[in-house]
Amino acid sequence: MSHEAGLNAKGLRRDALAERLILFSLSGPAVLLVTMTMLVPVGWLFWLSFLDDAGGFSLEHYQRMLVQPSYGRAFRITFEISFITTAICILLGYPLAYALSQLPRRVANICMIAVMLPFWTSLLVRTYAWLVLLQRQGLINTWGIKLGLWDSPLALVHNLNGTLIGMIHIMLPFMVLPVYATMRSIDRDYLKAAANLGASPTLAFWLVFLPLSLPGLVAGALMVFILCLGFYVTPAVLGGGKITMVANRIATDIELFFNWGAASSLGVVLFILTGIILYAASRLVRLDRFLSGGGA
Amino acid sequence: MSWLRQPATETQITHGGRLWLYILAGLVLLFLMLPSIIVIPMSFSESQYLEFPPREWSLRWYRNYFNSTAWMQATETSFKAAILTMIVATLFGTMAAYGLHAARLGFAGLILGILLAPIIVPVILVGIGVFYVYVKIKLVNSITGLVLAHSMLAIPIVTMVVSSALKSFDMNQERVARSLGASRLRAFFFVTLPQIRFSVISGAVLAFLTSFDEVIVSLFVSGGSNSTLTRNMFNALRDQIDPTIAAMSTLVVILTSILLAISQFLGKNDSRSD
Repeated sequence: MSHEAGLNAKGLRRDALAERLILFSLSGPAVLLVTMTMLVPVGWLFWLSFLDDAGGFSLEHYQRMLVQPSYGRAFRITFEISFITTAICILLGYPLAYALSQLPRRVANICMIAVMLPFWTSLLVRTYAWLVLLQRQGLINTWGIKLGLWDSPLALVHNLNGTLIGMIHIMLPFMVLPVYATMRSIDRDYLKAAANLGASPTLAFWLVFLPLSLPGLVAGALMVFILCLGFYVTPAVLGGGKITMVANRIATDIELFFNWGAASSLGVVLFILTGIILYAASRLVRLDRFLSGGGA
Repeated sequence: MSWLRQPATETQITHGGRLWLYILAGLVLLFLMLPSIIVIPMSFSESQYLEFPPREWSLRWYRNYFNSTAWMQATETSFKAAILTMIVATLFGTMAAYGLHAARLGFAGLILGILLAPIIVPVILVGIGVFYVYVKIKLVNSITGLVLAHSMLAIPIVTMVVSSALKSFDMNQERVARSLGASRLRAFFFVTLPQIRFSVISGAVLAFLTSFDEVIVSLFVSGGSNSTLTRNMFNALRDQIDPTIAAMSTLVVILTSILLAISQFLGKNDSRSD
């Protein structure tokens, strides 16, 4: 009797395992597709980046990156732009999130539509809009002169200014959303306690509220910075060909020079840098919590 | 203006004392909205030059758009690619999310990591990688190639959306259905799917938009008669500013808004039901 029960239990366990494997195989098509169109191509590029023209192993593509100044410039401008964009996103996004977090929820939700609107508008549509707004006879220049803010048209687009404005606009919601979510979850009683103990509103903000909102701020800043590193479209269009970030350099290497080795090595370095920052970030804050709550 | 002298909350300075905060917040909100809104009046302008507000109104840029073979062909390609991507990514993504969730195997996390990888890898690297492989297997400038690449970009999104819906779904319900004699497939279609359907639809909408909006991969692997709208638009923006783009942009804004409103609305419904 017990022998039979043992057999039965073993059989059941085998059936359960078989069923779990069948269920598991449902992920097969997706895994296959991602493997064929991403892992294999990117792995292939990785391999190419270590080959010279004759097909032998070489580090020449990586060495060139150190020697040739144009590559160094691309990395430097990429980091500069990413850093400035992140800094301005903090300066604009934090106060906005702060103001929104103190509004009644219903009013704040309406204002949140404005924050989400860029998400809802195609990247190219927004890029086009900025071209129109920022050009010499564009809306911003016309009104700036009309209001007496400046005398002659400013060069706002087809340069670094245009690139920065476009990128800040794209990245700002990524900053506001996590900061806003964190601020909403802060218990206001801490501030009351601070006031009760004699802290002025300003002091209470700096010593109590700001530290409590820091996780959202760090998450937002890291996300903005990482996403900025890979930008291609905005610098290409709003930079007017004068701003060469790493991604633009990669595209040029392919489109003009057909230099797969050079482009691949740049891509690999960009990917590894992104990975390192992302890894460091994941140890610092729980990014996934904000990513899943971040909307589209 | 007496409210200016009232404290903002019981522990804070007066509204007047932080008027700057309200002004700054308002300006930032305006900055966020401006580009999305500006293209709409722009597209109805009569003028060749981009002026705002337009002096005369007309539909000439819409006529231009609808009469242009190149734009129409690109629109058709973009819709074809987006619809096919939506089908492939929603099917594969949902299957993967459900399979990994139900199998409860130790290395499911690893597989999920592979499926989410396209989000982390810089798109430019994916773009040239796909281009390189497509040149070898002659898939460049084909709808098939475009759909496969776009599906790869959309699968992580569908998988994430459906996975998070499954996390809050009680799998015991499916077990009950099966103990009452339903097959696994039947239990899925009649018990599980109806309860996560809003997330699946919302994932599908996002998959559609991922393809429809995608620029970088399209730049490399689409072309000729299978050029996408985004590719043509990108090239047009680099050359000269043609108000036809404003007309098309307005149409894209309307389409995206409708689709995203649907997905947001449905997404909320799913989370409310659990």
